[in-house]
Formats: sequence, C-alpha cells, structure tokens
Amino acid sequence: MFRFIVRRLLQMVVAFFGTTLIVYALMFAGQGDPIQALAGERPVTAAQRAYLTEKYHLDATGFGGFFYRYFDYLSNLLRGDLGESLTGRPIGEILANAWPVTIKLALIAIAVAVIFGVTAGVLAGIRRGSIFDNSTLLLTLLVLGIPTIVLAPLAQYLLGVKWQLFPATSGADPSFYALLLPGIVLGSLSLATALRLTRTSVAENLRADYVRTARSKGLPRRRVVTVHVLRNSLIPVITFLGVELGNLMSGAIITEGVFNIPGVGFNLFRAIRTEDGPLVVGIVSVLVVVYLVSNLVVDVLYAVLDPRIRYE
Amino acid sequence: MPTPTSPPTPASPTPPGEHLLEVRDLHIEFRTGEGVAKVINGVSYHLDPGETLAVLGESGSGKSVTAQAIMGILDTPPAHIRSGQICYQGRDLLELPEEQRRQVRGKEIAMIFQDALSALNPVFPVGWQIGETLRQRLGMSRADARRRAVQLMELVQIPGAASRLDDYPHQFSGGMRQRVMIAMALAMEPKVLIADEPTTALDVTVQAQIMDLLADLRRDLNMALILITHDLGVVADVADRIAVMYAGRIVEHADVRSLYRAPAHPYTKGLLESIPRLDQRGGKLSTIRGLPPNLMRIPSGCPFHPRCPYVQQVCVDVVPHDLVLGDGRTSACHFAQEVHDDRAG
Repeated sequence: MFRFIVRRLLQMVVAFFGTTLIVYALMFAGQGDPIQALAGERPVTAAQRAYLTEKYHLDATGFGGFFYRYFDYLSNLLRGDLGESLTGRPIGEILANAWPVTIKLALIAIAVAVIFGVTAGVLAGIRRGSIFDNSTLLLTLLVLGIPTIVLAPLAQYLLGVKWQLFPATSGADPSFYALLLPGIVLGSLSLATALRLTRTSVAENLRADYVRTARSKGLPRRRVVTVHVLRNSLIPVITFLGVELGNLMSGAIITEGVFNIPGVGFNLFRAIRTEDGPLVVGIVSVLVVVYLVSNLVVDVLYAVLDPRIRYE
Repeated sequence: MPTPTSPPTPASPTPPGEHLLEVRDLHIEFRTGEGVAKVINGVSYHLDPGETLAVLGESGSGKSVTAQAIMGILDTPPAHIRSGQICYQGRDLLELPEEQRRQVRGKEIAMIFQDALSALNPVFPVGWQIGETLRQRLGMSRADARRRAVQLMELVQIPGAASRLDDYPHQFSGGMRQRVMIAMALAMEPKVLIADEPTTALDVTVQAQIMDLLADLRRDLNMALILITHDLGVVADVADRIAVMYAGRIVEHADVRSLYRAPAHPYTKGLLESIPRLDQRGGKLSTIRGLPPNLMRIPSGCPFHPRCPYVQQVCVDVVPHDLVLGDGRTSACHFAQEVHDDRAG
C-alpha cells in the first residue's frame, strides 16, 4: 500500500507538469498580442507597453520565450505564488474567496445525493420491481435526461422566481440557505447516478451466495441486509461519491453561473470569457492538484473498503 | 444374488414423527416469466439421528432445491412450495412462522455450500463470520466468540487457527475455505448437517480430506448428515443410504451396499455404468443417452422414459409409483424387479 501511494504521488508530479504545460500553452501560445488583449479596445501607450513587456517577459519570443515564461510561472507556482490576474488581483486571494463557497455547494450536493440517492437506492434494490422501484427509475431517468443547462434555470424560475421558496440568486457572500437550491440542482445528477448504482449493487448482492449462507446461519433478515448486503453493496457507491466529490470541488460552471454564485467555476468561466490567461492557468493548476489528490484518496479508500483489493 | 423377500408392492407412507427429519411428498415449482418449472414433484425422504443419507442426482434434478426448502432459504418467489411437509422432530417446518423457522436454522439444521469462496462474505474476516452466529444468537461477547471460533477452526483442522482468525476468505485455499464453512455451520452444534456438494469445487486429493473430515465430525458430534452430490464415488465410503433423484423425483432409495451391488432403477444403473473402472481398461465407457428433461415440459409417464433402455409403452403412459423391493429399498420403475435382477446388462 505504501509503495502504491508513493508511486501514485510520483505519477501525480508528472500529471501535474503535463497538464499545466498544456493549459499554459493553450492559453498563451496562440495569443496574438496579449497586451492589446489586456487593454481591450483602448489604446496602449508606449510606456505602458514597455512596462508590461518587461513585467511578463514578453520580449523573448518563439518557443524559447514560451518556455522561459512557463518555467518562470512554474517556479513562482512552486513557491506558492499563483501570480496576479490581468485585473491586478492576486490569484491566490481570488481562490481563497471562491473555494469556501464551492466547497459548501459541493457538500450540500453530496449530502443530497447520499441522503436521498443512497437511501432510495437501497430501498429500490430491496424491493426490486415494486412501484417504488419503478417510480425511482422513471424519476432518475428524467433527471439524467435533462441537462443542467436546462434544469438549473428551470429550478431557478419555478422555485426561486415564481413560487419564491428559495433565493433566486446568491450574492457575494452566499448563506447556506442561498446555496440550498443550487446545491440540490447540482446534487440531483449525483443523486440519480448514486441511486441507480446503489439499487443495482444491492439487488445484485441480495442474490449472492453469501446472503444464502447468512440466512442459513439463522440471522434475522434485517441483519442480513444491513450488515452483509450493505457492507458489500456500498463499496462501488462510496467510490463513486468520492470521485464525484472531487469533481464538485472543482466547481460547477453552469450551476454557479446560473445562480450567480462566486465560486471556483464562476471565476473560471469569467476568466475564460475575459481571456484572463494568468487566472485561467492559475485556477486550472490548482484544480488539477485537487482532482489528482481526490482520485488518490478514492483509490486508497477502495482498498480499505474491499479487502480483496491490494495495490502492490 | 439376493432375492427380494416379497414381491414388489406399492410403498405405504410411514406415520409422521418417527424420524428426526422427514420430507413428505414435497412439490415445488418455480414460476418464471417463461412459464412454470416443476422442480420438485413429490419428494419424500427421511433421516434418523446420526446417519448419513446421500442424495444423488444430476444438475437440475432438484437435490439442492429440496435441501434449501428444508433450510427455508428458498427465494419465494420465484419458488413456490405447492404441497408437502418437512417434519423436524415431529413439527412441520413449513407450518412454522418465519421467526420460529429462523431459530431452527443453524441451531438444529445447518448447511454448507458448494463454492465456499462465494458462500463466505468477502469483506469480513473468517473469525468474525464464524463468531457472528455465536454473538447474535447466544449473545456471546466478542472475546468469547473469538475464542470459540478458534476452537471451531481447530476442530475442522485448520492449521494455525488462532493466527488465521483475522484473515479474509480469499486468503485461504479452497480446501481451507470449505473447512471454514464447516466450522461456521458447526458453531451452534446442529443435529443435522446438510452438505450441498461440499467437494465439487475442490481438487481430488482435497475432496477426500473434506469427506473424511465430514465423516469424522458426524461420528464425533453425533450429527445426521445429508450429503448432496452428483458423484457416486464420493458417497460410497461415507453414506448409509442413498436417494437417487431424477427430474424432481426420488427414483431409487436404498442402502449403499445393495444399491451398488444391484441397482433397481435404469437411471441408477446408467450412473453406475458410467463410472470409469480400473478393471474395464480399454473398453468404451458407457453413458446415459440424451439429456435431462426440461422441467417446464417433463415427459409423460416416467420422466426417464426417453433415455431408458428398458422403455415400454406403459412407461410413456403411466407414472410409476415407488415399488418396495425388500430391505426398505424402493424404486420408481415399472420394471424395477427386472432391472434389479438383470445384473449382466
């Protein structure tokens, strides 16, 4: 296990450099005149141009110049300095403000998926073919079929604007209540997948030979289901939820955009739209790390949950 | 050759409560989307304290389903017990409410299964699984249950039992896993142990060890053993009586010695002749022609008639009843006596 983790950490280093290089290249290599892009439509004076060229090392051109700037960026990054966005704000500060919001949103979404998705999935799996089972299948099919880009504005319009049960948008520093509706919208997709995964897993495990053994030991059905079946059925579900939490941590561009939530996805989207290269690269670099770490955690968790899995 | 003491007569049912365990005229069908499969069609057998009954048959003959009905672990639906009785110490288990039925499981009648790898829960250590019954049903403490689990593992001769308590099923070899299963089944000291093909998934050398272990345990703990198998070779040494099943019926029922000496049902005869023997080197091994019947369309009359070398018109038209051949032997064949006497064929 220890060797597995070390090997994975080494792989993460390679993956980190690879992804940052690609993102950096995509963002800057093809750009015509970054200084003009920064200024937009307004004219740039010669003094300003000289200052910015000096600041961003734009005097070096071609491949050499690109790698010069990339390694300059990386060395700053490794010292913990994410640099500044084109608007002059430190990227570290932007992320420090955005991340707590995104994490809150992600936790609400995961809580929704666990509380409703897993519970309903277990019940549907036990009573396979029942009315409850069939209606959950239909509902999840509906949820999975509607893209977030439709579901989010729909929920916002109905629950936020028309019936006014929830705030339609959240402000700069959103409360838990303001994040509830976007959290449910975001979680509904995870909920549907978690429900189906749990249902299939429970139904499959109920037919397993070890269930027959547990019953022939004279254990009450309740114990057979809650101990023997659930412990096995939840392995893939927990793995899925772990990966999903990693995904949600990296922000939800659409949901955060629709509900005007100043999270990571919202900032990333704005950075892409305004061609704020340093901000895009800064956010994505951190997202890569979050994603790699959460995947490693899931892999380790998997081995802990299932004794048959051994990484060597 | 031994001549039957009396001419074949229809068998008369014994009154209930005479035996430790008695299955009486059990009928079970499986209701599926494609139709109704008549899996068990009037099975009766009994078991006395301390004896070993072998239930022999091909896959699909209903031997495991009968055992699962005794344990009360059939999934209903799709299984449906249409009629019959399963009497244990005079009580009909099929009449008991589930809660009382559960008390019988494991404590009075325990069962071990064919594939111990899938029959053990993969995510719990074996010591935990053996001790679970003791903790749950006897209210033993965790430490006591562990101590008792070690004793049980030693009883089934698992080397280094104490050090293997926290190992998981996949860390054991096939034979050791089956021993874990047996230890688990013995936890509540049952009076009847049902072993459903306990050696089928094992190497030949290990098969013999497990069979010896089961025979020893049966004797030492004075249990009765129902040994379900499709392997005639396995049962010869350990069983007292054999019940041969075909298409959900018992076609022949006899003590081991007389059944091997002179089978009284063409099916049993076919099974015995299809065992390779050292003194018949070079000859062609005989087989039973055809395939077991589709249980949704069981042939008319005697279900074995399409495959039977003795077949006559009466076999197609009339379902044969159990004929008593003496010494408590029965055979469900219109020509039981002829088959029995026809030793050369």
